[in-house]
Amino acid sequence: MAESIPVEENGHHAGDHRDHGHHEMSFSEKYIFPLDHKMIAMQYMFTGMFMALIGGFFAYAFRMQLAFPGIEVPGWGVVSPADYNSLVTNHGTIMIFWVAMPVLIAAFGNYLIPLMIGADDMVFPKINRLSYQVFLLSAIVILSAFFVEGGAFGGAWTAYPPLSTKAEYSLTGLGSTLWITAVFLEFVAFLLGGINFITTCMNSRAPGMKMWDIPMVVWMIVIASILFMLSVGPLLAGGIMMLFDQNLGTAFFDPDKGGDPILWQHLFWFFGHPEVYVVLLPAVGIVADVMTTFSRKKLFGYKTVLYTAIGTGVLSFTVWAHHQFIAGIDPRMANVFTVTTLLISVPIAEMMFVYIATLYGGSITLTTPMLWALAFIFEFLIGGITGIFLGASGNDIYMHDTYFVLAHFHYTFYPIAIIGTYAGFTYWFPKMFGRMMNDTLGKLHFWLTIIPFNGIFLPLFVLGAAGQHRRIYDYQNFPELALPWMQDMRQFATVMLLIMLGAQVLFFYNVITSWMSGEKAPKNPWKANSLEWTADSPPPHGNWPEGLPNCYRGPYEYSHPDREEDYWPQNEPA
Amino acid sequence: MILDSLLPAAASTYAGDIDRLFDVITVLVMIPFTIACFLFFSFILKFKAKDGVKALYITGTEHRYMKWIHRAHFPILTFDLIIVVMAINVWYDVKQDLPEMESEVRVIAQQWAWTFVHPGADNTMGTADDITKVNELHVSTGTLYHYKLEALDVLHNFSVPVFRLKQDAIPGRVITGWFEPTVTGEYDIQCAEICGIGHGLMPARIHISSPEAYSAWVERESAAALARAMGESKSIELAGN
Amino acid sequence: MSATPIATTRSTAGMPTARLAVWWIIASEIVIFGGVLGSYIMHRLAHGIWADYAANTNPWIGLFNTFVLLTSSLAAVLAHQAAERGDGQRAANLLYATCGGGLVFLCVKAYEWSYEISHGMTITANTFWSFYYTAAGIHALHVIAGMVLMLFTASWAKKNEHLHRVEIIGIYWHFVDVVWIFLFPLLYIAK
Repeated sequence: MAESIPVEENGHHAGDHRDHGHHEMSFSEKYIFPLDHKMIAMQYMFTGMFMALIGGFFAYAFRMQLAFPGIEVPGWGVVSPADYNSLVTNHGTIMIFWVAMPVLIAAFGNYLIPLMIGADDMVFPKINRLSYQVFLLSAIVILSAFFVEGGAFGGAWTAYPPLSTKAEYSLTGLGSTLWITAVFLEFVAFLLGGINFITTCMNSRAPGMKMWDIPMVVWMIVIASILFMLSVGPLLAGGIMMLFDQNLGTAFFDPDKGGDPILWQHLFWFFGHPEVYVVLLPAVGIVADVMTTFSRKKLFGYKTVLYTAIGTGVLSFTVWAHHQFIAGIDPRMANVFTVTTLLISVPIAEMMFVYIATLYGGSITLTTPMLWALAFIFEFLIGGITGIFLGASGNDIYMHDTYFVLAHFHYTFYPIAIIGTYAGFTYWFPKMFGRMMNDTLGKLHFWLTIIPFNGIFLPLFVLGAAGQHRRIYDYQNFPELALPWMQDMRQFATVMLLIMLGAQVLFFYNVITSWMSGEKAPKNPWKANSLEWTADSPPPHGNWPEGLPNCYRGPYEYSHPDREEDYWPQNEPA
Repeated sequence: MILDSLLPAAASTYAGDIDRLFDVITVLVMIPFTIACFLFFSFILKFKAKDGVKALYITGTEHRYMKWIHRAHFPILTFDLIIVVMAINVWYDVKQDLPEMESEVRVIAQQWAWTFVHPGADNTMGTADDITKVNELHVSTGTLYHYKLEALDVLHNFSVPVFRLKQDAIPGRVITGWFEPTVTGEYDIQCAEICGIGHGLMPARIHISSPEAYSAWVERESAAALARAMGESKSIELAGN
Repeated sequence: MSATPIATTRSTAGMPTARLAVWWIIASEIVIFGGVLGSYIMHRLAHGIWADYAANTNPWIGLFNTFVLLTSSLAAVLAHQAAERGDGQRAANLLYATCGGGLVFLCVKAYEWSYEISHGMTITANTFWSFYYTAAGIHALHVIAGMVLMLFTASWAKKNEHLHRVEIIGIYWHFVDVVWIFLFPLLYIAK
């Protein structure tokens, strides 16, 4: 337990030393109820990957229905309209809240923050453990909805009332309640985690590590946590209101009794838009670390990247109503939100330029993690530019809720949640498991994922521009959307999805075989600078049992002209 | 150019403006995108690791490098400005401005059907000759319509792709907007906001006719509606007796 | 039970970790209440008739509760001072007094609510009452949570353990107090 807190001087005693009392931990202490940040990170990572498989399976089921309407989908059966709605709803909810969030923020945050700032653990290990437990509970709750009377909630991941609040309209009374309960619990879990991330990074850095010496990925996770904590409140409040509307008969969102359905949309999107940046920033941070390592370059404009991230974060609070242009808000408001939305293109473009500039004059090796990082930039660029179409109010009158929107945000979320994760996972795999990953298999997996990904979503831009709107289980009912060329495109996208899902088997095969029998990883296989590479692979409990490291410089001192080596670890005294 | 090649028609007065806006945005975003991609891929190819060649040490604060990043902002801001001005222009036209109406329709959305009320031969809403149709909207070219959009249960969205028009319908509110058809034909009306299990089963059709054909249709249907209304009032009288 | 990580004892930002954390918790709580109160104010401005509903609340009871909470906050301040001096016993007693204030607050609330509910002003009566019970209810939950934590803190303080936590719970309690300062005029006084 924490003793009274001595306000320790930020002295430069060569690494605080502590004997970790080598008592043997039981299995459950070590793996089920761990306090060690690395084990909690692994719990988050593998729960997130498991949920990704479920979300992917949902995508498979509804894409099969779209490509071949009415067929019996192997593994699911016939997809009824009700099934279809709950599949798309839960695909979206799970992929964002139970995959992107736990993997990018919680797993990488937990694993990397203490290791990269030279601490032995998070500042509140027990809150950390509690955070995972609440998260696990929330995952169980959201999945349990598939097994209750009426089935899982099917009112889209945005859950607009009155559809989400009135069982007589949605026909999923308990399902809706379980959905909002799960989302609520998930947010609580990440509030607990966020407090840990922010305080750890603010207060527990290695002696000598100044603000500008923090690796970008840590910065980004912290900024993301702050964004999350400052944006999720209204939605938590909205969640309570929704629960009351569903179960107590209040009328916060019920127009018949003086409520307002649009209120929920404001509460949801006030969180919903910053949420995009909450998951984006950690991925951007991962990419910064991977790119600098494999191009042996200093990050082009460390502070520029940071300021653009903060700028984007601040701006993201001012753009939420661009999701509601045609939702019945005052039309004059759309003008304001068009301007703020397009303004976001300035910091984001700057960030992308800076990343591309980082490659300039580098010494680039295309390892698997580097391929993922580069793919992130390219795919995210597409996601970014297509956002302009939707932020422009006049164009959104037509594009709203078409597949153009869907393709656009998959081009942002996919690079974030999948490509960013793979970049980070393959980069830190040697540290996490003490073994090297098979690079050939890794590259094969990369190409078999990235090409089908574009194959899925590029056609959806065209379909969206042609007017195909979202959340329809069978387009044959709409003559203008049932044209043969459209159906061909849908089938093409589905086939690509099958290839992409199949390719993930390669990934898991690679992970398992490398973990079991891969080449043993040295401490610093990539010759990288940041502190985690000075710990053993994998780091033991306490990370540096022989004494925590000190820090002497920033994390991106690659190819410094005064040095023969092309890297300069942060902990190496000048 | 792009949109009207994919869609059956551009059938409202403002459809062409939205199509043009889409084209302009496409061009304006493709310019920086192409340049960025060109630099990106050429850097990857050019700066492949070679034995004995060390990477440059650039902090990103040097003026001679940074100026390129700063310069890139001018075109981007200019493009943003053009897009904002055009977008707001179109937006103002379609959603904010409400021109004088020549006729009107009531659009009522519910799970899972559309009801359209046409004003009938007297061109006045709320009279006995109003024509009520389910999943069929009849309009004529060259007439400026106001639509009064209502929802009876949950959110719906009145989407007419050939008009490039979308508007959410909200229970408890009547939302007024406008359109003026320009091309005759029969096209889709779709619900574009998820509204429950039957969301995929809410197709309606819009029948756009020439003014002559339209008034013939109105004549016929109004008479029928009047006859029905008379019949009903008669039967009520009978029941009263 | 494993040892406290060194990380917890560091203080790069120049502030003890727990105090830093509680400020961040409060930051995230502010937006939760901000969401509720913001929604309430928007509705209130749009519906003039809510003033009539609000007339049914009893501002004197609200005022009394405000007074109780403010007094309990004073006890929390004194507890912090005692803890600074290392007087754990006195800190514990003052924390119990703070809890007592919370208890009085809740009892008054319970009386008030039961009166209102028995007169037909239930949570489903109309949206004003929905907001009334929801906002005050979330606040009351924070009061209860604060009291539970405070009882733990007091039992440690009695043994002169974790005395720094007296300050932490005090900061939290002040926050709960401040939220009430916003709720009181919005729900009771604005007619």
